Amino acid sequence: MSDFFSAFLDDLPQLRSGLWVTLQATVLGALAALLLSFALGLMSVGRLLVLRGVSRVVVEFFRGTSLYIQLFWLYYAMPTLTGYELDPLLCGVVAFGLNYGAYGAEVVRGAIGSVPRGQYEAAVALNMSPLHRMRKVILPQAWVQMIPSFTNLLIQLLKCTPLLWLISAADLMTVVQQLRDRTGETLAAYLTLLVIYFVLAYALTLLMNLLERSAKRRLGLHTGAGSLLRSRSATEAVASPAGGAR
Amino acid sequence: MNGFDWNAAGDALPLLLKGFEVTLLATVLGTLVAAVLGLAIAVAGRAPSRWVTVPVRVVMEFIRSTPLLVQLVGAAALFSSVEPLTIGIVVLGVHYATYTSEVYRAGIDGVPKGQWEACRALSLGPRRTWQAVILPQAVRNVLPALGNYAISMFKETPFLAVITVQEMVFEARKYGADHFAYTEAFTLAGLVFLVASYPTSLLMRKLEKRLGH
Amino acid sequence: MATEPLPLQKPAAAAPRDAVPATAPRAAPETGPPLVRFDDVVKRYGDHVVLDRLNFSVRRGEHVTLIGPSGSGKTTILRLLMTLEKVSDGVIWVDGSPLSHVAAPDGSLKPASEKHLREARKKIGMVFQQFNLFPNMNVLRNITEAPVNVLGMDRAEAEDRARELLDLVGLSGKIDAHPSQLSGGQQQRVAIARALAMRPEILLLDEVTSALDPELVAGVLDLLSDIARNTDITMVCVTHEMNFARDVSKKVLMFDAGHVVESGPPEKIFSDPEHERTRAFLDAVL
Repeated sequence: MSDFFSAFLDDLPQLRSGLWVTLQATVLGALAALLLSFALGLMSVGRLLVLRGVSRVVVEFFRGTSLYIQLFWLYYAMPTLTGYELDPLLCGVVAFGLNYGAYGAEVVRGAIGSVPRGQYEAAVALNMSPLHRMRKVILPQAWVQMIPSFTNLLIQLLKCTPLLWLISAADLMTVVQQLRDRTGETLAAYLTLLVIYFVLAYALTLLMNLLERSAKRRLGLHTGAGSLLRSRSATEAVASPAGGAR
Repeated sequence: MNGFDWNAAGDALPLLLKGFEVTLLATVLGTLVAAVLGLAIAVAGRAPSRWVTVPVRVVMEFIRSTPLLVQLVGAAALFSSVEPLTIGIVVLGVHYATYTSEVYRAGIDGVPKGQWEACRALSLGPRRTWQAVILPQAVRNVLPALGNYAISMFKETPFLAVITVQEMVFEARKYGADHFAYTEAFTLAGLVFLVASYPTSLLMRKLEKRLGH
Repeated sequence: MATEPLPLQKPAAAAPRDAVPATAPRAAPETGPPLVRFDDVVKRYGDHVVLDRLNFSVRRGEHVTLIGPSGSGKTTILRLLMTLEKVSDGVIWVDGSPLSHVAAPDGSLKPASEKHLREARKKIGMVFQQFNLFPNMNVLRNITEAPVNVLGMDRAEAEDRARELLDLVGLSGKIDAHPSQLSGGQQQRVAIARALAMRPEILLLDEVTSALDPELVAGVLDLLSDIARNTDITMVCVTHEMNFARDVSKKVLMFDAGHVVESGPPEKIFSDPEHERTRAFLDAVL
């Protein structure tokens, strides 16, 4: 065991670069997913039947085909089909973005639908344009509803980043596996990896809870300090089973 | 660079469907483990002693917040003598039990307090209380949620390929590598997933509506 | 700072209004073309007919109260006027133009586009039963958001006007407050100020006191009586407050099952109703 930890300390630079790859994939993937969520989600509540249909098909397609397959398709199949090759990290970002964007679109759609109808009607009565209503009245209120589900999806996305190892992206898992191969300390290596992921998940949850709290405060909803350390899944896994787990 | 080869796709399909049987088996057994273990965890979470509830909660939180893939690969490396499919089913089941236990917990919390008090008033033992009064009420509404987790698990079964379980994606990778036909193999595998999961999720949505969620 | 006067202080066309008792109608509305006219309006939800070939009109400056049992289609009338719902058949005319239709070159009427609807809505404001203040904005922003971004009013000007309106509704101290910090009565008064800030010609009031605690009702009703007395805004109210109907309105329309059963000045309707349905309804609510 002590061999493992001295090796662990020796390998800190590699671990750091692996962690960097994992974090990049998480953050960039989440940003891509966020953009796609809003694009598809807004399309799905729009008035144009064509856009609603397109959104529906894209969402069901990327939810229905496994993330694993999307990633492998991008990495293995796309180059032979199109002759265009993506860097492994970019593959990850695109696959995470598409898959979680599809789940996120449902979150956006649901949150917009949950804003009381009276809010929309008051905005109509004040003669706001459809865009103005969405931007200034509906979305600011829906956003608060979205954050817990987005937190959930973000953690799910983080938990999928070890897939990068399978497309040789030199992520955290790759580095820890190399460490394990060299030291032969299987249990210590995987436990370390799990603990790092656990810490990352908690740090992200905390950040998202802070975001949620500030968003709630803007709506005049006050939350106790305890909510900050609340575990994400305890409340959300139940509230949205479909969006909760992949 | 070449296009989509329909002949290769035709060749690959029987292999994929053979692998799909393993995929389904893993999903069904994994869901069973998750459903049973999740209930046990939820009941344990209601134990009177903190020495039970706190460790249970910590372990659940840890498993839930860490990647399934790492858990799978780690378990397979530690228990290399056990058959990979068994490891896959157990790890999938345990991982998802941390989610299903929350579904049960919400169901149990939803049983009105008066029901517990009535049991105490009738001096029912804890076993009777759970069996005859609480669980029948708690479990009724969890079916759609369990179904949704089963679908999620189904879409995560490709992870089992990593620990050499010969399920569909394992076969797809193998065919892809042997015939240099990744495009056909992965496209088909994705479509099989879509064809299987989409109607099931529609069914779950219908069930949710029926139960008035 | 040359801010425009509030509608309240606007010298009305009928100059000797001070001489007229508060409850009595002012002179002007008797004549002149109707500002709002329902022309054989039908509203159906599926098979359920809410309004059945409804005809009635409201003159400029008139204060009309719609009374009747719940489910009689009163609120639907306001929602149609606010273009929150579409008519199933018939036409609503506002100031001589069809509200949710446009005239095609051949003279027939076609359902209007969003652009036309936005033009039509300019004249109309609405206060809702549930207030519907925007929780993501403070009181000031609630009032200034639409004047600035819809009417294109200068922000400083809009804020000055918001202050005057808040003064009018008795909430000057709450300008930076958040809707969730206000009582129901205060929220409703802000909602009234918000509607007035758009300078509507027609103000629709949809059971504006129904969601309030009993002790807060009087304040809101007094405010509305004040506005009715001192402005030339045309008001169409749906209410269960018969006192309000009696004191503020010039005309009362009794509804039942999608029809106007009876209409007339409040003195007549309340003391000597002609129709049996009206009598039964008034016996039940008074």
